[in-house]
Amino acid sequence: MKVIRNDWQLYLLILPAVVYVFIFHYIPMYGVQIAFKDFSTRLGIWNSPWVGFKHFIRFVTYPNFKKIIWNTLSITLYNLMTYPIPIILALLINELNNQRFRKVVQMVSYAPHFVSTVVVCSMLILFTDNNNGLFNHIIRALGGTGSDWLSKPSLFPSLYVWSSVWQSAGWSTIIFLAALAGVSPELYEAAYMDGASRLQIILHVNIPALAPTIITMFIMRVGQIMSLGFEKIYLLQNSLNLDASQVISTYVYEMGVRNGQFSYASAIDLFNTVINILLLLVVNKISQRSAGVGIW
Amino acid sequence: MFDFCNVFIMLVLIIIMAYPLYFIVIASLSDPYKVINGKVYLWPADFTLDSYINVFRESSIWKGYYNTIRYTFWGTLFNLALTIPAAYILSKKKLAGRKFLSFYFLIPMYFSGGLVPTYLLVNNIGLMNKPYTLIFLGGISIYNLIVTRIFFQTSIPEELYESASMDGASHFRVFFQIAMPLAKPIIAVMALYYAVAHWNSYFNALIYISNDAYQPLQIVLRNILINNQMLLVGMDTSALSADEALAAARRQYMAQGMKYALIFVSSAPLLVAYPFVQKHFVKGVMIGSLKG
Repeated sequence: MKVIRNDWQLYLLILPAVVYVFIFHYIPMYGVQIAFKDFSTRLGIWNSPWVGFKHFIRFVTYPNFKKIIWNTLSITLYNLMTYPIPIILALLINELNNQRFRKVVQMVSYAPHFVSTVVVCSMLILFTDNNNGLFNHIIRALGGTGSDWLSKPSLFPSLYVWSSVWQSAGWSTIIFLAALAGVSPELYEAAYMDGASRLQIILHVNIPALAPTIITMFIMRVGQIMSLGFEKIYLLQNSLNLDASQVISTYVYEMGVRNGQFSYASAIDLFNTVINILLLLVVNKISQRSAGVGIW
Repeated sequence: MFDFCNVFIMLVLIIIMAYPLYFIVIASLSDPYKVINGKVYLWPADFTLDSYINVFRESSIWKGYYNTIRYTFWGTLFNLALTIPAAYILSKKKLAGRKFLSFYFLIPMYFSGGLVPTYLLVNNIGLMNKPYTLIFLGGISIYNLIVTRIFFQTSIPEELYESASMDGASHFRVFFQIAMPLAKPIIAVMALYYAVAHWNSYFNALIYISNDAYQPLQIVLRNILINNQMLLVGMDTSALSADEALAAARRQYMAQGMKYALIFVSSAPLLVAYPFVQKHFVKGVMIGSLKG
């Protein structure tokens, strides 16, 4: 009976987190209704008049709608294509026999993960500068002609994606290396006995061992396909590359925070969130049906 | 043959990963004029500490540094106070209402109100543009909560708590005197995760802070590095004679050199500390990959 007597203490321990999440996550969810209203600060969220899908229609019929969606999708899909890179790196790191060298490779490749977004973007801006940038100096030294990379819309997705690869590829190998460490040594021994080459072992032992992790991580990535991070795009954006760098999140920021069009910006955000959730559900279903692996 | 190729690929990888960071260091130690003209590739050219001296003269950088340390320290403490007890409770399989609570914390991971409703909320509760705004925002990361919960579930046997309860210990005592000491490894991991997030974040400051006195280092960096806010101010550049024009050009170079030094000064604390605590970071990812 003693055990039950002070059970309230358990709930008291979790209360601060419950309250915090309620205030900072659930109250904004309640606020989402302004996407269907003409919000005015004077009337407040509840009393502002309903307008149905007006703001959604405005967004869909906005002349740049297609461009914004295309920019968002092309960058995220491009980014998704680099998904195998950490997997390949993990497979290669796993093959290193010299433990000390392996440690060095891991330590160096994890380091960029700790560099802030602001610094990564500054480095990109400094390095790609036409006159003084490192990259253009190297290209000129090799006999090429330099240019101002960040002012070219066509280069923008590549700069975004490959700087992200630089920053995260090493770090992302951790989860795959952990899965590889879990492969039972007997499997390797059996494969050696059968005279399998190292490449064959990678193909037939290591990759199947990674499959569940690969699929789960892939589903998570697909679920974020429309939610292109704001932070980096915003920092790399300039008036010359706007044609390729105006994406949903930066447009929401511009409309909502800068122009104060709260309802319109909320509608765009909601539109985005709903598509993300639908994508996540669909991909999760497909993978559960075909591979028996899902995130729930 | 395989090993040879593999080691070669790994060496290329190391160079790609490390060279940009290495270049920042050598560029910051070189005469800016040489850097701008592409004379610096492998070693510092005309070694000088001028760029660092100039960086340390900027009061906004000191201010930003101070603010970031403050936000990181108190913010991380706040994060831990919310995350650790909640994760401990969620790990209790016999808790009445556990399913509901898990669900309650999981939903915000997939569905959020979005930027504008959050902005309106922060505004309504009077948290806009306050010295403590950045301590309270981002108070709990659901992902970190889940990782911590998995740690409690997989590393500490529940019987341990139960036997303590049998002996008459209250739930508070069990948590503070048994669970917390055993959870030291995960507390270390979470402290590091949250601290790095605070140190590197700029988004919340961009949206919710407009007062210069409260800006964190990352915003100061952005203003100088990306928005090219004038450095070495206090020098009048109007009506220049030939000599003065030369001096102005020189200042331009110095400002350029300062950027490299500034990048180093702002990133160094993390990059220098990280090899020593690397194993904690890796542990966090590993725990997160276990199915809870």
